[in-house]
Amino acid sequence: MLKDADRIFTNIYGWGDAGLTGARKRGDWSNTAKLIKLGHDEIVERIKASGLRGRGGAGFPTGLKWSFMPKEVKDRPHYLVVNADESEPGTCKDRDIIRHEPHKLLEGCVVAGFAMRAHAAYIYIRGEFVNEARRLQAAIDEAYDAGLLGKNAAKSGWDFDIYLHRGAGAYICGEETALLESLEGKKGQPRLKPPFPAGVGLYGCPTTVNNVESIAVAPTILRRGADWFAGLGKENNTGTKLFCISGHVNNPCNVEEEMGIPLRELLEKHAGGVRGGWDNLLAVIPGGSSTPLMPRDVCNDMTMDFDALRAAGTGLGTAGVIVMDRNTDIVKAIARLSYFYKHESCGQCTPCREGTGWMWRMMERLVRGEAESHEIDTLEQVTRQIEGHTICALGDAAAWPIQGLIKHFRPEIERRIAARHSADAVNAAE
Amino acid sequence: MSIEARIADEQPETFKFSAENEKEIKRIVAKYPKGRQASAVMPLLDLAQRQHDNWIPMKAIELIARKLDMAEIRVLEVATFYTMFNLKPVGKYFLQACTTTPCWLRGSDEMMRCIKDRYAIASGETSECGRFSLLEVECLGACVNAPILQVNDDFYEDLDYASTAALLDSLEADAPLPVGSVMGRSGSEATSGATSLATLKPKQSGVANA
Amino acid sequence: MPKLTVNDIEVVVEDGATVLHACEAANVEIPRFCYHDRLSIAGNCRMCLVDMERAPKPIASCAMPAGDGMVIRTDTDRVKKAREGVMEFLLINHPLDCPICDQGGECDLQDQAMGYGFDGSRFDENKRAVENKHMGPLISTTMTRCIHCTRCVRFATEVAGVPELGAIGRGESVEITTYLEKTLASELSANVIDLCPVGALTSKPYAFAARPWELNKTESIDVMDALGSNIRVDARGAQVMRVLPRLNEDINEEWISDKTRYAVDGLRRQRLDRPYLRGRDGRLAPASWDDAFKAIAAKMKKAKPATMAAIAGDQVDAEAMFALKTLFGKMGSGNIDCRQDGAKIGGARAGYLFNSTIAGIDDADALLIIGSNPRIEAAVLNARIRRNWLSTGLPVGVVGPKMDLTYDAAFLGDEPAVLADLASGKHKFAAKLKKAKRPMIIIGMGALARADGAAVLGQSRDIAETYGVVTKTWNGFNILHSAASRVAGLDMGFVPEKSGLDVEAMCKAAEAGKLDLVWLLGADEADLPRLKNAFIVYQGHHGDNGAHHADVVLPGAAYTEKDGIYLNTEGRVQYANRAAFPPGEAREDWAILRAFAGVMKINFGFDSLDELRELLFRAVPHFADRDMISPTKWVKFGSRAKVKPVKFTTAIDNFYMTCAISRASETMAECMRANGTDRAEAAE
Repeated sequence: MLKDADRIFTNIYGWGDAGLTGARKRGDWSNTAKLIKLGHDEIVERIKASGLRGRGGAGFPTGLKWSFMPKEVKDRPHYLVVNADESEPGTCKDRDIIRHEPHKLLEGCVVAGFAMRAHAAYIYIRGEFVNEARRLQAAIDEAYDAGLLGKNAAKSGWDFDIYLHRGAGAYICGEETALLESLEGKKGQPRLKPPFPAGVGLYGCPTTVNNVESIAVAPTILRRGADWFAGLGKENNTGTKLFCISGHVNNPCNVEEEMGIPLRELLEKHAGGVRGGWDNLLAVIPGGSSTPLMPRDVCNDMTMDFDALRAAGTGLGTAGVIVMDRNTDIVKAIARLSYFYKHESCGQCTPCREGTGWMWRMMERLVRGEAESHEIDTLEQVTRQIEGHTICALGDAAAWPIQGLIKHFRPEIERRIAARHSADAVNAAE
Repeated sequence: MSIEARIADEQPETFKFSAENEKEIKRIVAKYPKGRQASAVMPLLDLAQRQHDNWIPMKAIELIARKLDMAEIRVLEVATFYTMFNLKPVGKYFLQACTTTPCWLRGSDEMMRCIKDRYAIASGETSECGRFSLLEVECLGACVNAPILQVNDDFYEDLDYASTAALLDSLEADAPLPVGSVMGRSGSEATSGATSLATLKPKQSGVANA
Repeated sequence: MPKLTVNDIEVVVEDGATVLHACEAANVEIPRFCYHDRLSIAGNCRMCLVDMERAPKPIASCAMPAGDGMVIRTDTDRVKKAREGVMEFLLINHPLDCPICDQGGECDLQDQAMGYGFDGSRFDENKRAVENKHMGPLISTTMTRCIHCTRCVRFATEVAGVPELGAIGRGESVEITTYLEKTLASELSANVIDLCPVGALTSKPYAFAARPWELNKTESIDVMDALGSNIRVDARGAQVMRVLPRLNEDINEEWISDKTRYAVDGLRRQRLDRPYLRGRDGRLAPASWDDAFKAIAAKMKKAKPATMAAIAGDQVDAEAMFALKTLFGKMGSGNIDCRQDGAKIGGARAGYLFNSTIAGIDDADALLIIGSNPRIEAAVLNARIRRNWLSTGLPVGVVGPKMDLTYDAAFLGDEPAVLADLASGKHKFAAKLKKAKRPMIIIGMGALARADGAAVLGQSRDIAETYGVVTKTWNGFNILHSAASRVAGLDMGFVPEKSGLDVEAMCKAAEAGKLDLVWLLGADEADLPRLKNAFIVYQGHHGDNGAHHADVVLPGAAYTEKDGIYLNTEGRVQYANRAAFPPGEAREDWAILRAFAGVMKINFGFDSLDELRELLFRAVPHFADRDMISPTKWVKFGSRAKVKPVKFTTAIDNFYMTCAISRASETMAECMRANGTDRAEAAE
């Protein structure tokens, strides 16, 4: 288990003062100017060396992403955009960073923004987080008042502004280019790539979009050293990570743990274990709703990191661990996710717009067994027709949970269909 | 729901921002680079909604279009794309119940049952008294504290049937319960007491480590 | 210039080309719905997916820039499956109502379903139903059929410049609509019908009128403005059912105005289908061709040549004008004029042509518009100005009244004094012209159809000279005509000979009782009441102003009913073709004049259209150069007289009714009502 001394988010539960005074006590803003003195490229190099991978779901190496920004600012300014549109079912870590550790995020913005030669950051926070946005705005105001933002931010010699922008209810805005569209005052419909944001992003300018957690850990990594971060976790899956454990555990919680922690240990040490004990476990969705579920036998020896989960046909995603015990109507649990994706499809491209609705409707019938067994194959094929054919990853995200269900729980679906058929036969006979 | 059904039939003749909000608009627009004032469309819609009893009349959409030099249809696109914009009236207490899988696994059905038992309303409907509107919403991003009921701006967390009832009682009395976890969690630490950071925990924490 | 392979075929494409372009270059067909050459790339239909080497998933070829060394395959199993999958998704919520859909037979979805569709449906759920939307009198909507390609939204926003169409809602609930279902306020609105790949947006006036395979399709030329837009006229029997655009990159690309498309129902109403004679009772009564000709001949034989005059209207073909000019020439009268509006143009061609060519607008880097509203006078041309403005920020200055041109323009004032200020460099906008490498001036009839029009022309020429509007390689001096017949008339000299009368002089002579006879060839827009003392022959196709004032009516053919030559505002020679026969006893105009010459015992020297054309080409050789613009010289023109301090106006204030055909059109009347009411509502 990770030692408290190695935890980055020491106020994640909001026990201490989330304001500047409390943040300073926890070491935030202690030597920002010194970090900036490292220089743009050195910061990027150190983040690369730390092995930090993006905490928003895709796990792309953060330092590498920063390095895609042009090395010189030409006619177009550079922007850092922070993705605080946390909406992936099972995920609620950024909310806690924002309300309890906002200064980690703000200092991270200055450091990361400087590294990518940006003088401004926009933090796009989901609209439903009204109170969280108020807290974050208060922190921003406090930082401006203390000279940590604005001209010569934190006496670093670098001018840096942070603006908060609230969304208004659209999961798709967590997709980075949809977020940029939304920030520009349009519908949140993902853009075609190429061009990528590092070339043509916000307002047509070079832009990097990072998750809240990725940015918030950056100052600590720089302070404590890339080696320290890289020494935690596993190779290629380094450092610590906020895990969100929800569903059928005794004590749902957020906890910062080492990457690669065994799933069972994570659940039992921090969440009080599966309701009714490990043997009562049916399945776990390991990384937010988009990642395919794992039945218990896969969970037994699973470690929580990008590579191990990927090898098992699923993913670490946002590390939103959704636990389901044996009382769960697993078909309904996934059908509810299908509804989510249908509801959140932006409607721009054909496979997602048409396919998510189709899948959901089939799933609803499968919940009740109102189907023919060959329709399971049809559904599986429909997921494949969507996957990889859409503008953004929402199509994939909608397809994977169903693929996971069919892969691991096909007999359960077939059982329902058979039960329904025999019930119908009995009814017909009566 | 079809678009028609989402827009109020009865619309006010005019809409004007309050003087205070006009100042706020200037502050908002200044956040974005010159010529990029369209970025302010969502904040302005939100402002209009807050000023106008939690829903946006079409006259406000037209006014915002003029203010931001946008086509009206572009503003309407935005207003209908994002689910938080109400284009028809809702009750004083707008109950947005999350029923997505993590909340459902933790008993959002019970929370919903409590609301329905009391007001006999389905998602998208308003109670007979007119004070309570219910909307089933998608993941609110507080899954560890599930199930969640968002009442206007505020999240109520860790609900079950009884605590939902108590919450509704408090709303009916116009004396809402403290926002947050009804179990008294300060954040998303384990319900039985935090398993991490205990060594760093400030002495005078108000949270019981039962 | 990237080099890449498509299905092992090596192709080299232009920089900036897409993979889709590369596939086309390799003659590999790529199915698509949302992609359109003239609209921004949406990439949303996903029908054009292809395989790219090393890409983990298929790519949208319409959106992927072609790169050097790319290896593209369109014939893989993965691509086949991707297309079939997208097709299935498009069809699951599409009503299979093809038998009652007007798009049937010319539907992209129908066609591509043949190639990529399954033969059965696996979709067991209820299909989506979407409420139809009101978009005005031209566009009929069946929104359940919409496949959300957003071509219409992009057209309205980008090309037409009226951002009134949008896609509201999201996910499977997305619906295309105008704001509160207002009429789409654009002169180009109906192009969205052509762009719609399915039957969601179809033609309201043409609804359920015909099936495409019943129609005779004739390639022809439009006469509703002076652009000479290339059109296809679809007729069933004697009736023109619809007009569609034909591709011509140099003129209309693939757009036409709503008037070009929809005024044709006017061809069925108020037609002159037999000759008429005004009787003693003052009423027009049907007559035989013989009697009509005899009545005219009797008048003509009595009259002196100098007291006879001819006016050619705005939509007349060159052949008819040539025949009429021949008639008057043989009679010894030089009183002919093709400028009903009294425009002070003629003589040097550079002084009345759109010299830069229409396509030249793409190259302009500053534009001064004088006395014209191109949006109304030449809607398709205006879209080209808008495109330049969108891509380069073209500075536009307007001398004339304020108007919404669909692009930003500086309104410099409507006083002619502005011209002098521009010429002297005093005016602020002069700096823009000065800075420009290829400045352009567009002068409309609003500035030239006035008594001091020649002076305006002269002063405009001065401005052109001052700011390098005309150089060795560039001539940005442009006259924008609004009459389709005008340039042909000027080129062949359908203007008064020396000491001959122009239209104004004819009117004055008539008022003074010194004009015995006027022959109106399709001329309905001249100040006809002033001619009432003269014997009026009206030759034309509609019972409009001309016929109303006439003593003899000779029923002619409308532009769809005859082969004819037209020169557009650029001076480009184009040939229109007959799509239907004129009604009743109406005849082609050249033939009427030839027949009348017979009655007068005048030898025209031609008995057929071909022979007429031979003579015409001898007189004006460049009329033979089909689709060409004959080169002009930059010479002196216009006058140096003082321009009077009378405000400039524009030539047309009502887009929808500008000629006898459009005035007879029910559809145009409905457009007026719709736009009138909608505008009034919006102004409230």
